[in-house]
Amino acid sequence: MATSSVSKGCFVFKPNFKKRKISVPIEDYFNKGKNASEDSKLRFETYQLIWQQMKSETERLQEELNKNLFDSLVEFLQTSHSGLWKNSKDWSCEIKLREIPTAALVLGVNVTDHDLTLRSLTEVLQNNVTPYVVSLQAKDCPDMKHFLQKLVSQLMDCKVDVQSKEKESVQVIQKNVHYSMDSLSAWYMSVTQKTDPKMPRKKRTSSSQWQSPPVVLILKDMESFTTKVLQDFIIISSQHLHEFPLILIFGIATSPVVIHRLLPHAVSSLLCIELFQSLSCKEHLTTVLDKLLLTTQFPFKLSEKVLQILTNIFLYHDFSIQNFIKGLQLSLLEHFYSQPLSVLCCNLPEAKRRIRFLSANQCENIRRLPSFRRYVEKQSSEKQVTLLTSDKFLKEETQSLLENLHVYHKNYFLVLRCLHQFTSSLPKYPLGRQIRELYCMCLEKSIWDSEEYASVLQLLRLLAKDELMAMLQNCFKLFQSSSGKELGNTAKRIEEFLAQFQSLDAETKEEEDTSQSQSKGLQKTDLYHLQKSLLEMKELRSTSKRQTKFEVLREQVVSFVDSLVREYLLPPDTQPLHETLYFSSAHTLRQHLNAAPRIALHTALNNPYYYLKNEALRSEEGCIPNVAPDICIAYKLHLECSRLINLVDWSEAFATVVTAAEKMDANSVTSEERNEIIHARFIRAVSELELLGFIKPTKQKTDHVARLTWGGC
Amino acid sequence: MAKLASELAKTPRKSVLLNMKNDPKITIDIPQCSKGHSSSDKSQLKNNDKSEFLSTAPRGLRKRLIVPRSHSDSESEYSASNSEDDEGVAQEYEEDTNEDILSQKIQAQNREVSAPVFRETPSKKMKREKTSHLVEKYFEAHSSSKVLTSDRTLQKLKRAKLDQQTLHNLLSKVSPSFSAELKQLNQQHEQLFHKWMLQLHLGFNIVLYGLGSKRDLLERFRTTMLQDCIHIVINGFFPGISVKSVLNSVTEVLDHVGTFRSVLDQLEWITNKFKEDSSLELFLLIHNLDSQMLRGDKSQQIIGQLSSLRNIYLIASIDHLNAPLMWDHAKQSLYNWLWYETTTYSHYTEETSYENSLLVKQSGSLPLSSLIHVLRSLTPNARGIFRLLIKYQLDNQDNPSYIGLCFQDFYQQCREAFLVNSDLTLRAQLTEFRDHKLIRTKKGTDGVEYLLIPVDNGILTDFLENEEEEL
Repeated sequence: MATSSVSKGCFVFKPNFKKRKISVPIEDYFNKGKNASEDSKLRFETYQLIWQQMKSETERLQEELNKNLFDSLVEFLQTSHSGLWKNSKDWSCEIKLREIPTAALVLGVNVTDHDLTLRSLTEVLQNNVTPYVVSLQAKDCPDMKHFLQKLVSQLMDCKVDVQSKEKESVQVIQKNVHYSMDSLSAWYMSVTQKTDPKMPRKKRTSSSQWQSPPVVLILKDMESFTTKVLQDFIIISSQHLHEFPLILIFGIATSPVVIHRLLPHAVSSLLCIELFQSLSCKEHLTTVLDKLLLTTQFPFKLSEKVLQILTNIFLYHDFSIQNFIKGLQLSLLEHFYSQPLSVLCCNLPEAKRRIRFLSANQCENIRRLPSFRRYVEKQSSEKQVTLLTSDKFLKEETQSLLENLHVYHKNYFLVLRCLHQFTSSLPKYPLGRQIRELYCMCLEKSIWDSEEYASVLQLLRLLAKDELMAMLQNCFKLFQSSSGKELGNTAKRIEEFLAQFQSLDAETKEEEDTSQSQSKGLQKTDLYHLQKSLLEMKELRSTSKRQTKFEVLREQVVSFVDSLVREYLLPPDTQPLHETLYFSSAHTLRQHLNAAPRIALHTALNNPYYYLKNEALRSEEGCIPNVAPDICIAYKLHLECSRLINLVDWSEAFATVVTAAEKMDANSVTSEERNEIIHARFIRAVSELELLGFIKPTKQKTDHVARLTWGGC
Repeated sequence: MAKLASELAKTPRKSVLLNMKNDPKITIDIPQCSKGHSSSDKSQLKNNDKSEFLSTAPRGLRKRLIVPRSHSDSESEYSASNSEDDEGVAQEYEEDTNEDILSQKIQAQNREVSAPVFRETPSKKMKREKTSHLVEKYFEAHSSSKVLTSDRTLQKLKRAKLDQQTLHNLLSKVSPSFSAELKQLNQQHEQLFHKWMLQLHLGFNIVLYGLGSKRDLLERFRTTMLQDCIHIVINGFFPGISVKSVLNSVTEVLDHVGTFRSVLDQLEWITNKFKEDSSLELFLLIHNLDSQMLRGDKSQQIIGQLSSLRNIYLIASIDHLNAPLMWDHAKQSLYNWLWYETTTYSHYTEETSYENSLLVKQSGSLPLSSLIHVLRSLTPNARGIFRLLIKYQLDNQDNPSYIGLCFQDFYQQCREAFLVNSDLTLRAQLTEFRDHKLIRTKKGTDGVEYLLIPVDNGILTDFLENEEEEL
């Protein structure tokens, strides 16, 4: 093999012809995998288009969500140093001058998203506050020297884009200068003086108003910095603060307390800390889902299981939006890769156009869709025949079905949001607090069959008027904002309900009046009569209770909501052609995103039949046939042992099993040689188990190995 | 173990285990198989086993009577719902990596077409039971400091350690089994090559896991798909590999001359280079990303950063049971993995060949012959000194905290045996030993030098016997 050697471990392969040779376009990989499947090029293009749209949409969302945080940060940064420079004679300012303004930015545990947030923060700061923004990571700064080195080199880089002429001299400096805070502040002085006249020309409007823009240092992962480096740096830079206006931003994943745990009081007193909190990642997820999936903007949809898996990875594993998006990308890719009809997964006019050009093969694919077959079965027999025989008719029908599907989605999301308005504030949240939970339930099955839905209706029947009205108001706004024609009626209905509720107000007042007057009439009686009449009144009220107008109206509202749900929130798999838009292969997604290597290993070792479909390997649970691969037998035997394993016993046992298996084979070789071979096989199996990490050599006892797992058998 | 072995041996195709399990009075019978041994050897072996099992049998039996029972119960509970489609697969997500084997198996078995159905409540209940069960097992295994195993050693077995070459020769005589199935398995994996290329180009990186060497598979991937691309193959299992050498080969591709001050500098240079030139494409194939040399935090960080570059495509394989623990969330997002299960059942021939295996003779340590050879060339006094040290070490061989003989004590002993007259002469002798790698010195916690012979005790015993014979 070209890649095995006893003297080196890396092998470079560089094709000797010109490497700029036209590389194979990616689309080729897309279609070759599925041997010449339909429309692969088109599908790949659609994939890329949708993915680009989704990606830019998420980026936009991210920006939007961070806007508040960034605004307040920018404000903080702008004010923190500007005061100092104006009246530095003031005594209090003298003290303040020793304190480094610090923003503690609590970013949450989703470490993977921090990079993106901080990158956009850097951008914002560079545009609005100062060109000198440096971000450092703990892994780059094991000690003070590296810390300063990184800081200086990045600062120089910042400057380079202001004046690229000096690039060469900068690089000379980088190599020779012994990094110190002194040199840094000297550099800063020279730079600010030099660039000052140039600043206005550069159109850095906000930064040019100060003669000296501050230097912002972002510590991306504050928790992982060495305490000593941080302490030293803070003490030193606070000494230089008057000539080197530094501002720190700590990126914190856990809680702000960590600052005080890392820094002793003497050091933290040199900081003037202000706390900033980023948006929680759950809210972020909600927004992303809202804008990417609960919308008709993107035709691509996830089935219930897929969505469930993605949210579960998010909630139980990492809280990472990035990973969620990655999962989304993968499902999009898988959908377009594996479903030939995904070519119809685009906006409606385009899809209609594409239907006209579908090949005969693709028409066959449509006919094979389970949802389409179900649809056909419901049609009259003549129509069935034409649908199955005439491609032209089929295409027309597909067009109208696809249109229906789009309309269905439009209504679906409106009604879903409306239902969410009603359910999100109920006690105990029977249908979930977040809209994604509700969405999942609705995707899974007809929601009105569930117990939770029944209890929701029950709870709605107990709502007070103001709550109900608030919900209706919200729904009204929802329906009004949408341009849909079909649900225009609904908005009107809601408006009517609202009006009726308002008119109720006047009536109830009258009622109250009458009841008050009644109670007045009772005043001058004795105790016995009073009790009696009170009892009577109570009975009267309980019987008349059903008749109050409010309750009748409430009942109407509830049944109205119910009818909406039943009409529009049909699960998507009832819709013909839903397979073109919905990605449902949850199993693939799980396998690639959240794999379980340990399980795979165990299965392969414990139940080889699962992989090697040979009848000889078929066995009952907890037992393994003796013809199984060597490593499986060795593994099975080692499961019997506790912490330590005697190699001799193990090898004897192994030999016993293997010989028994061989007896059935030809008895050709001599027994001595056979034993040798069996021993060699044992050695191989053991060293493979060692490589896999099940055992390791131990010195506790001669010729023993330690088992690294426990349990088993 | 012997018992299980005999059971396995007796049950070639069907399981008799269940019947056997219910009969607690199974006698230990090793089939007449070990013809290679002399009969006395065999009987001794038997006795040994018996005595051992008398002590451990009650526990072992109990365990096997109970455990498989609950096992099969739970299995049936799940398999009943197996036939339905894959609903609620997601429920299993709450389960952590420290997963119980039972559920692992169930999950894995159902992976193929029908994913398992986990109803909410039973699965939760099951899980609690399972975890407690698992915890118990851990403490069962680690409760007593004494572990009952037999005292037999390979030395007594009279089976010499094989060296790499003979091992290889012996193994080549074994005819491979299930080749048809293995071939089919491999073909399944090969069908994924195009998909891998696609996904690599779209910004994912690919990691392969599963039992069996994935070297051949990756090699085939390389030869079929990557012939026209620049690519680097890295053998993670190679004992001399380091991140530095990985980076060096990347810079070699980029035609860099000169050196870098640090690995981080080099990484930065590479990063810039790749960011500047978007037409540059590089495939990295890493066999055994989880190998001893690459599994360190820093190495993984650097490789992760490399792989996060847009035009570097990484496809790697992992084998170790706990390999995924190498990566925290930050690293995982750098790698951007897509996991692919590629169980091949191929032997890890190349991976285990770098003389780190348990039973293979290690040429790095001193075999008996060279020991004798070196000692013969020394003066009688020097030989005496060395013998003293050997005896002392053999006397202490059962002491697990033995770290060596303290220099002062050694000197004292040598003086008493009239072997040296000053500690300078002793030191001169020791230097000679050290040059021949016969001893190793180590500073103890108290700052005193300790001397140790880095040779297996068995060899030392042989050596002493040999010496005595000569005398």
